[in-house]
Amino acid sequence: MNSFFERRYVIAGIFISLIVILLARLFYMQIIDDRYLLYAQTNALHKVYKNPARGPILDRNNKILVQNEAFYDIMVTPNLVKPFDTASFCKLLGIDKPEFDKRFEKAKKYSPRLQSPFEKQLSAEAFAAIQERLSEFPGFDASPRYLRTYPDSVAAQFLGYISEVNDKDIEKSGGYYHLGDFIGVTGVERSYENVLRGRRGVEVDLVDSRSRFKGHYANGAYDTAQVAGERLISSLDLRIQKLGEQLMHNKVGSIVAIEPSTGEILCYVSSPTYNPNLLVGHERGNNAAELYKDPYKPFFVRPIQATYPPGSSFKPLSALIAMQEGIITPQTTYNCPGYYWSGNHRVNCFHGEVHGVVNLASAVAESCNGYFSWVFDRLMNYNGAKQTASTFTNWRGNVAKFGLGSRLGLDMPSEGKGNLPTAAHYDKIYHTGGWRSSTVVSLAIGQGELLATPLQLANIEATIANHGFYYKPHLIKGIGDKEIIKPEYRVRNYVGIDSQYFEPVINGMQAVVDHGTAVGSKISGIVMCGKTGTAQNPHGEDHSVFVAYAPRENPKIAIAVIVENSGQGATWAAPIASFIVEKYLRDSITSRPNGMTPEYIMNANRLPALENYYQGPKLTLPPAHKDTAKHKSDSAEKKAAIGSGRKKGKSKYSTSAYQLERSEDEEQK
Amino acid sequence: MRSRSSYQQQQERGFFFNVDWAIIFVYLALCTIGLLNIHSAVYDDKHPSFFDLSTDYGKQLIYIIVGSVVAIFILLLESRFFSALAPVFYGITVVLLMLVLVVGRNVGGNQAWISLGGGFRLQPSELAKLTTCLLLARYLSGTNIRITDPKSFMISLAIIGFPMVLIMLQPDAGSTLVFSSLIFVLYREGLSPYFLILEGLFITLFVLTLKLNNTAYIIGALIIIAIIIVWFTRRNKKILPVIATGLGICIAFVFCVHFIYTSVLKPHQKVRIDIVLGITTDIKGKGYNVNQSKIAIGSGKLWGRGYMQGTQTKYSFVPEQGTDFIFCTVGEEWGFAGATVVLGLYLFLLLRIIRVAERQRSTFTRVYAYGVASVIFFHVIINIGMTIGIVPSIGIPLPLISYGGSSLLSFTIMLFILVKLDSNRMGIV
Repeated sequence: MNSFFERRYVIAGIFISLIVILLARLFYMQIIDDRYLLYAQTNALHKVYKNPARGPILDRNNKILVQNEAFYDIMVTPNLVKPFDTASFCKLLGIDKPEFDKRFEKAKKYSPRLQSPFEKQLSAEAFAAIQERLSEFPGFDASPRYLRTYPDSVAAQFLGYISEVNDKDIEKSGGYYHLGDFIGVTGVERSYENVLRGRRGVEVDLVDSRSRFKGHYANGAYDTAQVAGERLISSLDLRIQKLGEQLMHNKVGSIVAIEPSTGEILCYVSSPTYNPNLLVGHERGNNAAELYKDPYKPFFVRPIQATYPPGSSFKPLSALIAMQEGIITPQTTYNCPGYYWSGNHRVNCFHGEVHGVVNLASAVAESCNGYFSWVFDRLMNYNGAKQTASTFTNWRGNVAKFGLGSRLGLDMPSEGKGNLPTAAHYDKIYHTGGWRSSTVVSLAIGQGELLATPLQLANIEATIANHGFYYKPHLIKGIGDKEIIKPEYRVRNYVGIDSQYFEPVINGMQAVVDHGTAVGSKISGIVMCGKTGTAQNPHGEDHSVFVAYAPRENPKIAIAVIVENSGQGATWAAPIASFIVEKYLRDSITSRPNGMTPEYIMNANRLPALENYYQGPKLTLPPAHKDTAKHKSDSAEKKAAIGSGRKKGKSKYSTSAYQLERSEDEEQK
Repeated sequence: MRSRSSYQQQQERGFFFNVDWAIIFVYLALCTIGLLNIHSAVYDDKHPSFFDLSTDYGKQLIYIIVGSVVAIFILLLESRFFSALAPVFYGITVVLLMLVLVVGRNVGGNQAWISLGGGFRLQPSELAKLTTCLLLARYLSGTNIRITDPKSFMISLAIIGFPMVLIMLQPDAGSTLVFSSLIFVLYREGLSPYFLILEGLFITLFVLTLKLNNTAYIIGALIIIAIIIVWFTRRNKKILPVIATGLGICIAFVFCVHFIYTSVLKPHQKVRIDIVLGITTDIKGKGYNVNQSKIAIGSGKLWGRGYMQGTQTKYSFVPEQGTDFIFCTVGEEWGFAGATVVLGLYLFLLLRIIRVAERQRSTFTRVYAYGVASVIFFHVIINIGMTIGIVPSIGIPLPLISYGGSSLLSFTIMLFILVKLDSNRMGIV
């Protein structure tokens, strides 16, 4: 019929082969390649994370130290805004027209159809005034968020603060944290982060191409509810914590009080302190910067990071070890001429005072340097002068059992070790065998290389109060509603001194308060055993140190107080300690023999002059953490753009210009 | 004698018994698939009813009904009518194509629509495919017309080329390229296979020249290919001049394309071509569509995610999903199985049309049938190829499935004219 009839097969062949090519490609895309289903899910499934409320922290009497308070962000969706009375809206928020325009432009630039914050972190009261009128302004609405608040503004260094996570935190957490999450940076917030943060909930939503909510994926089968963070019961007593901070106002130093029968820390004052509320809210960045500039370094956690020579407060410990080693008995006497010659090294008693014949108790009570230097000399030479190094090492071991020279393992980040020199240390300085008892005799009276943190000093008092053991000091006594306590806090740590040796020392310590150096701080009706100290300060006036516990029978509180650059222990540290002790035991404060009142101390300014104030390790203000500020984005914006080719990473909030420094503690880790 | 009487019987029973039911069945199947998928693609909760005329699926249903009425009307017409009036239809189309350049509505950058009022509008380029096929069939069925004659060949090319030029002016590259598929018709009627090869080469070279933007490489590659072919066919001396000519034409073509692209086109026109060819990946423009389209289809797996269950479809991640990207819905909600069924239906339709074409006595019907098959084939390959990202995205609809009155009606008319002509195949047209 037609000469080109067979060409139908060519054409049919072309049709078939091209359609088969399409089918082959479809087979590859739909059956073999699994990526597309994943992309489709990334497109349409939107995980909304529900952040749980962070656990509150209470004091030992269930008074709130930190809790969460709702703040309100006023959000704007530019596309939904209809013409309205701008003037009255500005008045409502307390801003002017140019400011309004600026913020509105910013919101529009960010996204016309997505919400962005217009006014951030209004308090509940401020929001209440706005709330009822907000409906008059379409396009504006409120979104609550929860921030930490500190009703009594106390214990800043104990509580620490939280901050937005940085990239390093996210990496370390193995992806648990997301940009914009908060993490504890210092203090309890850091050490109990895992307990406080709770468990994040997630809701898998279906969204359309414009990120509009379209329903729950699989009817919520993959959703999990958020679990609020556990509440923590701290061992602090708000009353004495508050009093302690007031007493330490305008002073540099710290107060640590421990309940000897449990190891619970009752008072944890680091001075100067700051109002923890300053590190919350939208002024946080500026406030933090100001605090960093403060030369007295409020972020320095003095109870565990500052180290001081314990001075005379070390003497009871010296006496205990000597007795345990059998060098002296309580009755051993020494005739003090006002000084002691250790080899060619002269140790003076304070102001060259001649104590005459002293025994252990009176030596403690009168803080006789001569007696303790003599005892130390005898102890060191007990095995002969040639054996000084090994004898010293033995002595050092005994001291170390009290927790000096190492961390006590407080449940806080960044604890310091203090310093307890080793024989090797002296070998290095004086060559091996080149040093004798006389070289290191100042250790006997708590001077020399010896350095202790206030926590270590308080812990020694708790050990004495317990007659030979201590419980690991801790700040959190109960976790969660069940008030779980870590088992390690129930273990007695013995220090290797038989309990019968304590009474003579305690007698001396009682005498210190009854009629010794701290007589001015005697509390009528309460038997307090204490020891004053004057820690030498090469940078200026000596530090005033007082350690004590009370009452003598059935001790309730052991305390260490250090006031820097304030001279003798009796003048500043002892009265402060006595007020704290009395407040804790009686909840009221009676008059003192020397007429000292809490008000007098509160009003006194003992801040050292800056020119001779040793500023300690340098704290630096790190550069603003750009990434965190930039990427912080509302969860609605976290939609991954995989596959869709559209990138979203614009900043929604940039709350903090400064990321507070963490290097100090990271150095120690 | 007996067969003749049975034939007469058939004739007497009326033309409905002579229609090709297979084509009609496939036609209805594709329309139904289209309606369901449009329903899924553009569904919104406010208008759940199929019969809600404010929705695209409601409108599509009307188009299908209108199409059926038109189809029946066509079947009632005299077969001769189409052949006789082919030049008139063609003339009207040309006038409309010119008109659209003046009064056309600009939709999506193309001045392709003439508003008919009441929200309906006409796309003359859809009509042009039909009328061009008719006129080409009429011309090639004339006595003493041989496509191998240079004169006849040139006239055929002019019939095809004239509407192409007018459509290119809109500019609507997709519809323009559809006409190039009519090369199959010319090939079937005796055009040298070299032209078929040449057209394939031209399309490839056109894309490659613009994509690579390096004439030296392309020409180098062409020369190497030519040398290889010459080496393998060295015993056949006759083929050498053919290859040499082809090579010369190809090189000239590459230079032309490159010259027009770099020197004649204005920047905004270049950008459009770039986007069409995927040279510029405009992620918010065509590139975004194709990417989302691939995700939709790929996520369908074997059995699909179920009717109205595709998240890509339901949550409008693919724009133009009712029209050019309707195949995404098929792929996502019905999976590879559904896609195979749809492609199978098209293939069946095409092979059926070829079979129908070859059983005609009349050259007119045969040429016309091949024209219809070519146009449908081109639409299917380009449209589906585009949704799976192996063909540059050129906006042409998927026949009978995509939403759109002009497209649906024009394919309906095309097919039913063929059915009508075929039902009359024993008669003399």
